[in-house]
Amino acid sequence: MLGVPLSAPAREDVTEIMDRRNFLKNAVVFISAAGLFRRFLGNAEASPTNGPYNPAKHLYGMGIDIDKCIGCGLCVEACKTENNVPKEPFFCRTWVERYVIKKDGTVAVESIEAQKGKPKSRPEDGDIVRSFFVPKLCNQCENPPCVQVCPVGATFRTEDGVVLVDSKRCIGCRYCIQACPYGARYLHPETRTADKCTFCYHRVVKGLLPACVEVCPTQARIFGDLKSMASRLVRFTRINKLHVLKPHLNTEPKVYYADLDGEVR
Amino acid sequence: MNPELVQRLSELLREVTGYIYPNEVEIHWSILIVVYPYLTGLVAGAFILASLVQVFNVEEVQPTYRLALLTALAFLLIAPLPLQFHLAHPERSYEIFLTPQLGSAMAMFGFVYLWYLMAVLLLEMWFEYRRDLIVWSQAANSPIKWLYKALSLFSSDVSERALAFDRKAIKVITVIGIPSAFILHGYVGFIFGSVKANPWWSSVLIPIVFLMSAIVSGIALVIFLYMVITPLKGKIMDMKCLDKITSYLFYAVIVDFTLEALDFIHRLYESEESIKILSRLVTDKLFISLLVMQVLLGMVVPLAIMVAVKSLKFDAELRKLLYFTSVILIQLGIFATRWNVVIGGQLFSKSFRGLTTYKMEVAGLEGLVTAVIFLILPFLVLAILLKLLPAWETAGGEQDTPA
Repeated sequence: MLGVPLSAPAREDVTEIMDRRNFLKNAVVFISAAGLFRRFLGNAEASPTNGPYNPAKHLYGMGIDIDKCIGCGLCVEACKTENNVPKEPFFCRTWVERYVIKKDGTVAVESIEAQKGKPKSRPEDGDIVRSFFVPKLCNQCENPPCVQVCPVGATFRTEDGVVLVDSKRCIGCRYCIQACPYGARYLHPETRTADKCTFCYHRVVKGLLPACVEVCPTQARIFGDLKSMASRLVRFTRINKLHVLKPHLNTEPKVYYADLDGEVR
Repeated sequence: MNPELVQRLSELLREVTGYIYPNEVEIHWSILIVVYPYLTGLVAGAFILASLVQVFNVEEVQPTYRLALLTALAFLLIAPLPLQFHLAHPERSYEIFLTPQLGSAMAMFGFVYLWYLMAVLLLEMWFEYRRDLIVWSQAANSPIKWLYKALSLFSSDVSERALAFDRKAIKVITVIGIPSAFILHGYVGFIFGSVKANPWWSSVLIPIVFLMSAIVSGIALVIFLYMVITPLKGKIMDMKCLDKITSYLFYAVIVDFTLEALDFIHRLYESEESIKILSRLVTDKLFISLLVMQVLLGMVVPLAIMVAVKSLKFDAELRKLLYFTSVILIQLGIFATRWNVVIGGQLFSKSFRGLTTYKMEVAGLEGLVTAVIFLILPFLVLAILLKLLPAWETAGGEQDTPA
């Protein structure tokens, strides 16, 4: 407030600032305009109300705000329920890793799901340099090695940028599981075919959010359409410094991490 | 949900050291995928031995020519079975032929395999056996007579001109066959070597290492078969032939050893991000199968034996014993090589932070028993083939009469 005179403002200024009627009028216009604007915003995302779904108009990705993840694991549970993923911790479309980096440089990593029910063995707070959670899922690569190796073309990349598996075509050779650098695939014990995160494609094409994004209490997962300037994801990619996993493999992931630690692989 | 699987994976989870991704607890490529490159390697190696006779005119190796061809065929016929049994949906395997995804290395398997079987091996064998089939069909009674007639595709021309054409054709096929054999097995190496996600596999040297180890195992197998079958048939082993083949084996082992050492040194010297976990893989998980079985027993000891045979003058009986020991050790070593590539490549996490364990099933579909069956089956097929198409020639160039 330096340099600002503390004396009372002139009479006409007060009228301008304090005119309640004008304020209310403006507020009504603004709120309804904002509501209308939001509606348009909503329409910018995939929506069935816009006629038949056109995949060419979308390109999906996900942002992960690492600093917001609290490791509650709701996303993992929601994913398993939504997508009929076996409850056992050996089969995951998505999981959350907890990193604890100690002063001596050692790094302890755990999947929070696999730790369920186990006695907590946390190091003393004084020993910890930093600790954080990292949600993991299929990176929906632009250049997916899993699609390249599938001998029968059962796994493929959709026009809107999601890698899917046709479980009626998959022969279960598991080459895609070997080829995925992120460990994002598993063999579904019931269908005996390769399975992985689809960004909840069945929901997304209806204009809904993926289950993990829907339930995240801290909005650590940001889903959106990279082709829509109005999408939250595009905003996320604009305002954060981003990193992807294993960039040297040239898979070009579409899951973008904000504030990713160098220890994460 | 299969409770057995859950039980098995829960047990495995307890064996995990460090951190692995949740989906990595289950080892996906089992012992059957170890058997597959082992068998195709034997095919390629046996064929390359056979082509030494045809293309490079190595006369000493002539007694093993037909045996090598039949061995290649017997093993080739069985080689795709472990793959088929490994598939989670074997009933859909035909899709690889009908709707192959041409960008996939694995999709090419069917075509490489069929090319090798139909255009190389069967064709060469047909030309090689055509005259004999005609002669045998004349001597035999039906139904064997008709079988031979059918196998010869009802040809009947045994004129000098026709036989000269046969010989020429064999030569041409062998010339095409050598690169085909190289492709067949180099390609199997490529399936692994091209997986960039896996630093244990991802190496441009892998296909070449696979190829050389294939040649080593194939030659060793033919020597083994020759040494077992010849006395069983009451014949005398041709020591000149045996010395010559083992000397080829010796050179092949040296090249193979050099390549593998180069691969090893290269990795160590480059010392990439994965080097720590790979070092732990070798010392913790693969110590016995890599350092003891593959390197020491499978390479160093046989090399030492062959150097001793070459430099000291042993008598024939001792040489036979030493050769026999060497080829068995080499087979063991090459099987360990396949094991270390296939299983070893899945024992560490792609997070490079932890190791898992492979617990082989015994009786399951992808277990030890099935693997052993697939390793024995080619010998049974070979026995049938040898019965039908005798491989031994007498000194005068006459053929054995078939059973």
